[in-house]
Amino acid sequence: MATTSTLAALPAGRGRWRRDGTGNRWLAVLRTPVGAGAGLLLALVLVLAVLAPPLWGDRAAAPDTDHILEGPSAAHWVGTDNLGRDLFYRVLVATRLSVELALLATAIGVVVGLLLGTAPAVLGRRGGRFVAAVVNVAVAFPGLLLALFFAVIFGVGMTGAVLAIGLSGAPVFARLAQTLVATVAGRDFVAAARIAGAGRFRLLVRHILPNVGEPLVVNATIGAGGALLAFAGLSFLGLGVQTPRYDWGRLLGEGLAGIYIHPTAALAPGVAVVVAGLAFNLFGEAVAKGIGLVTSGPVAGAVAGPVIAGDRAPAPDGDVVLDVGELWVSFPGPAHPVRGVSFTVRRGEAVGVVGESGSGKSLTALAIARLIGEPGRVDAARLTFLGTDLRTGSERVHRTLLGTSLAMVFQDPMSSFNPTRRVGAQLAEPARVHQGLSRPAALARAVDRLRAVRVPAAGLRARQYPHEFSGGMRQRAMIGMGLMGAPALMIADEPTTALDVTVQQQVLRLLESIRAADDVALLFISHDVSVVAQMCDRLLVMYAGRIVEELPAAQLRTSARHPYTRALVAAVPDMRTDLDQPLAVIPGRPVDPAHLPAGCAFAARCPLASDRCRAEDPPLVADGPGRRVACWHAGEGS
Amino acid sequence: MTTVATTAPVRLGARLAENTWLRFAVRRTGRLVLSLWVLITASFLMIHLIPGDPVRTALGPTAPAALVQARRAALGLDDPLLTQYPHYLRGVFTGDLGVSMSSQLPVSGIISQRMPATLQLAVLAFLTAVAIAIPVGAAMGALTRGGRARRAELAFTSTSMVLGTIPEFLLGVALVYVFAVHLGWFPVAGRGAAGSYVLPVVSLAVAPAAALARILRVDMVAVLQADFVRTARAKRLPAAAVYLKHALPNALTASLTLCGLLLSTLVAGTVLVENVFAWPGLGSTIVQSILTKDYPVVQGIVLVYGIGVLIVNLLVDVALALLDPRSVIREG
Repeated sequence: MATTSTLAALPAGRGRWRRDGTGNRWLAVLRTPVGAGAGLLLALVLVLAVLAPPLWGDRAAAPDTDHILEGPSAAHWVGTDNLGRDLFYRVLVATRLSVELALLATAIGVVVGLLLGTAPAVLGRRGGRFVAAVVNVAVAFPGLLLALFFAVIFGVGMTGAVLAIGLSGAPVFARLAQTLVATVAGRDFVAAARIAGAGRFRLLVRHILPNVGEPLVVNATIGAGGALLAFAGLSFLGLGVQTPRYDWGRLLGEGLAGIYIHPTAALAPGVAVVVAGLAFNLFGEAVAKGIGLVTSGPVAGAVAGPVIAGDRAPAPDGDVVLDVGELWVSFPGPAHPVRGVSFTVRRGEAVGVVGESGSGKSLTALAIARLIGEPGRVDAARLTFLGTDLRTGSERVHRTLLGTSLAMVFQDPMSSFNPTRRVGAQLAEPARVHQGLSRPAALARAVDRLRAVRVPAAGLRARQYPHEFSGGMRQRAMIGMGLMGAPALMIADEPTTALDVTVQQQVLRLLESIRAADDVALLFISHDVSVVAQMCDRLLVMYAGRIVEELPAAQLRTSARHPYTRALVAAVPDMRTDLDQPLAVIPGRPVDPAHLPAGCAFAARCPLASDRCRAEDPPLVADGPGRRVACWHAGEGS
Repeated sequence: MTTVATTAPVRLGARLAENTWLRFAVRRTGRLVLSLWVLITASFLMIHLIPGDPVRTALGPTAPAALVQARRAALGLDDPLLTQYPHYLRGVFTGDLGVSMSSQLPVSGIISQRMPATLQLAVLAFLTAVAIAIPVGAAMGALTRGGRARRAELAFTSTSMVLGTIPEFLLGVALVYVFAVHLGWFPVAGRGAAGSYVLPVVSLAVAPAAALARILRVDMVAVLQADFVRTARAKRLPAAAVYLKHALPNALTASLTLCGLLLSTLVAGTVLVENVFAWPGLGSTIVQSILTKDYPVVQGIVLVYGIGVLIVNLLVDVALALLDPRSVIREG
């Protein structure tokens, strides 16, 4: 377990050139509370291991026949053993031997493990495979069983126990080394060294080992904690340290016999073992976590929070399915990925939302559907669905309305279905919950809906798992799930992006026919301008969390007025595009929502940008019938 | 004739390539046979790897030479290795594991007499650990999803980590002190009425329960971020259905592998706990036998523990294949 967590923490792409940073990163770990605590504890254990025997060795060994097997007293804090020796000092002095043996056993484990683990890289294919197979078998057995096995071979006693615990840890380190070497061996610089003619051994020593050293050291630290506990176990069983020498396990075993009269004799060494074991363990884990940590840079560019203005849009008429006013989505920190979005969707209307990734279009959709969880925050002046205000009221209040009247179709049909449940059952679920149908009735409706979205052999398919469906069929099933109720609005978030081009058209046609047949309004979100123009009546163009232009889809190619909309259109090649010219692109990159500029967010990439654009953000204003635009230079330069 | 001979393997090969389940079964059986062979061979070699004469070591330097010789002959140690090995293999498969050097009782008899106590302990502890870990881990996962309740997460993670690190025998000692010596609720040691099971089972179950709960929380948090959970929420299912029906089963498949690992360390943990509680099982027997150098008994019990671990690993892989059909494909 420790091994896997550390492997996961191994940063990708680390090469030799970053080794200078190692010391700094280990120091950084000491500055975290857990790392500092564990480091302090570990330092204490190590100092005690060095200093305790010379300081108190004599006192721990001095017998006092007047005070045999006594409980704690002022003279003897933990009490005395059967020869009257002071147990407090014996526990302190035992630190040296306990830690020494644990470190020795760990060293044996690491060295043997490294030899076994790197053998495949040195021995070549066949020999390496054999070693790897043996390691794989050995790793499946718990360490204690291996330790018992080796304890039999090496005999009862300290030497035998060190070898036993060391060798029983070797398979784990071998497995770790195998994995690490395999990761590094695939990197470019190793391939380059191989091409340059470096031999296998040289490759291992010069190029591979330096790069696996750090995770190995971290795991050895954690392993030392394990070895310490294991050694205490063996000594406790009488298979480890033998009298007259003593470690914590030995003291514990001796103390347990008299636990009725004198419990501290067993508890004190027990506490010492746990504390020391934890010190190694926690420190290793803290370093492992710290090494994988990426510190976030300074956050700049503060943006005004949601200032929700009053109702600016005209009062919606009765035909409106969805009315959104001044919708803001925020996350902790300065980021406001959606900044004051307002629009309406009428019955049976198809509205497209288009923009680059990161423009806030998906978050807008999720916010409308009340699917943004903490720590995200949604604020709005208006958020009305079928006449119900969604801003107030608990999840429970709106459950039935949203569950039956709002359908969602997500981008990736592969991951949007639960892989462990049958498709039919997943479709039937909302009907059982919201419409109170019985299980057979809900399943029958699910099959009927699958048929409605043109899934062949729907009855059979309903009993299959999602991974048995093709991508297009899964997406149709997802649409079918939305049709289990009687949706008034279907929000489709990039429904065809993850699909094959050939399948895309099928899914689009299906959405089109559903809209026509049942008068379902469609909020269609896509980064693909041509798809949106084909599907929708009206388009909302989003950039950096705002709507920058709203226009009828039919006018997109001919009379878009925002430079960003025009650039989006120009970037799509059509039949008349001159193939000798390079394809048009939008220069620059989308803005980071955490670092918004003061003026228009598009100014840095805009050919028309003036000083005013850079200073002042243009408001979204009416621009002819059914149109809005947010640009100081709308329509210029065409 | 020749055509039959050539098409048969081709057809088998084709079927192997087609049928992922069959391929899974073949691969898994191969691994089991290999592990079993390594285990039996290691247990056979154990007595031969002991430096010097194991019988002399066992009987002590004062034992008469004639006795040592007789014992060597009885154990078959004078035969060449190549004769002893098939003999040992035959013995293992017919249930003949030799005779104890100290009590002269058959090893298989000792094992079958001691095994129920150990099995009870291991199974009860495993069930306890799972029964505690699943609700706690899942609830903590739901509570701390998406970076919520950071303090609760920190408290839970550090507590479960400390509990997961405390070795079972130390916990056993502490539990004996508090609940047997101090409070007198349970017996200090031995196997008798139901009350005598509580402390051994708890000391075995705590560490695996803590580790499992900790992993399950992480998996649960990850699963709760999956797209299909968003789908479940978009269907407006009650929160309990989202967590229990959609998230938990998926989080559990990820933890199942760890369950197997925990169960096999738990099997090994019985050795220590049995010695704390003087529990009359295989664990206390193997330690006694190692101390008295009763090698045939040690060999037999090592074999039993090893086979137990192999069975656990096999069960986990099969359970994983049944719960998550995709793991079979991944395996092949």
